[in-house]
Amino acid sequence: MNAIRVRGLKKAYKDHQAVAGVDLDVARGEVFAVLGPNGAGKTTSVEIMEGHRDRDSGEVSVLCVDPARGGREWRSKLGIVLQSATDAATLSVREAVHHYARYYGDPRDPEEVIDLVGLTEKAKARAGTLSGGQRRRLDVALGIIGRPELVFLDEPTTGFDPEARRQFWGLIRLLAAEGTTILLTTHYLDEAEALADRVAVLAGGRIVAEGTPQTLGGRAHAEATVRWRSDRGYQEVLTSEPTKVITEASRHGELAELTVTRPSLEDVYLELIK
Amino acid sequence: MTTPVLATAARSTTAALPSALALGFARGGTELREFFRQKENLIFTISLPALLMLLLGTVYVQEPAAAQMFAASMIGAGIISTSFVGLGMSVVADREDGTLKRLRGTPMPFSSYFLGKIILVFVSSLFEAVLLLAVGILRFDVELPSSAEKWFTFGWVFVLGVISCSLIGVALSAIAKSPRNAAGVLNLPYIVLQFLSGVFIMQSALPESLRTAGSLFPLKWVCQGFRSVFALNDDYAVMEAAGSWELGKIALVLGAWTIVGLVLVSRTFKWSNTSR
Repeated sequence: MNAIRVRGLKKAYKDHQAVAGVDLDVARGEVFAVLGPNGAGKTTSVEIMEGHRDRDSGEVSVLCVDPARGGREWRSKLGIVLQSATDAATLSVREAVHHYARYYGDPRDPEEVIDLVGLTEKAKARAGTLSGGQRRRLDVALGIIGRPELVFLDEPTTGFDPEARRQFWGLIRLLAAEGTTILLTTHYLDEAEALADRVAVLAGGRIVAEGTPQTLGGRAHAEATVRWRSDRGYQEVLTSEPTKVITEASRHGELAELTVTRPSLEDVYLELIK
Repeated sequence: MTTPVLATAARSTTAALPSALALGFARGGTELREFFRQKENLIFTISLPALLMLLLGTVYVQEPAAAQMFAASMIGAGIISTSFVGLGMSVVADREDGTLKRLRGTPMPFSSYFLGKIILVFVSSLFEAVLLLAVGILRFDVELPSSAEKWFTFGWVFVLGVISCSLIGVALSAIAKSPRNAAGVLNLPYIVLQFLSGVFIMQSALPESLRTAGSLFPLKWVCQGFRSVFALNDDYAVMEAAGSWELGKIALVLGAWTIVGLVLVSRTFKWSNTSR
């Protein structure tokens, strides 16, 4: 049974069709990334799956429950990491994590979670005094304190510096390694590539491509560009048989500055969201 | 990012969730902790009525009887300030800073959130009333009621006043989209009602139409209830608009507003500012 199953999901705001028929399957234990530009419908889709937003039509099943009718039991299995909350500003990290632990039947050990997100040294600091990255890690702590089966991360590393992002990735991998299902939205391709088992690209409210980061949009089979420098300057050949091209060209000797490149995830992505 | 050693994430058996009541008290504790750590709450919500009492009392209070009446009315106005204005503002702030959105994503039931807020309002109202009475006693020689019956009246007026005004404050918070907005939406009716409800001006001095308008809302009845508690004797009831304390009617009006407030909150409460 999939953790998430979505069929024909639609949602409009006034005259704007934010989500225009999305189908999605996320298996249990999978890290699934939804990629897409701003306004593609990522947040709306995720909020519907979280039970935070009504839908116009379509079927949605999250942990075998329709989010529009999810009760307390259902919510206790979800972990939602907020995008831009500034709440609990006057509580210390420790107080906040301990407080949120009380909502669940079988929470994780708060001190262990604080340690896991790397806030042990900041445990006594008030949430309002944390830096952006630290604040985000507190949000993760509050999102996973209830030992969720499924975690939603909506653009979790927006505004992070590169080091903070790497640390954050480590944290997500740790959760995934424990078997937690993770649905992550992002507009960073490297993030999707680094973390996700599977990726879907959302554009204009529709899924335009889906696959592993390696095969997305036919990337694995796409034509490669062979490039080298000859006496007549740079040569570039777009081919589905790069080995053959190189064999032909190299009959007359060594090829200077030879490279074979396939479209990067970014190339594929930019082509998809056009 | 240390110690990647954790128990397995998903356990097959889910332990029972804590009761709504237990969570309500947990919320209350956290609400109070956050409340008392914010200086603006201590200054405006808790201390302002006492400060107003100090300033206005110097003008109004010429005799002991007036001090009793004025202190009673100010306690009434004060608890409306902590419940109606204070609670309404805090719900708007919860919506703005993500508290409500976060709570919505947890297994905490809405009733626990509301119970936490009621606990917050009761404790802050109590602090406010004690501070105000302290000013009254020290500066204007206000006398505390001596009979158990008067304290009983104080108790139920306090409880009904806090609950009904809290509910209306939360209901009105749905209209206010931002904290700045909320200050206007909540303070305007509060200030106008103070003039219509016999806090600053005796209701009997008002024209009929304004008196009727004031009588529609809880503030007048809360203040009248407290005046019945603090009056030097029951002869002072003749100064009320109806010429008596009307305790039964006070209970009736506040009870009705509690029901109206409950209905409004259940119909209009919003977890976030965005449309669903």
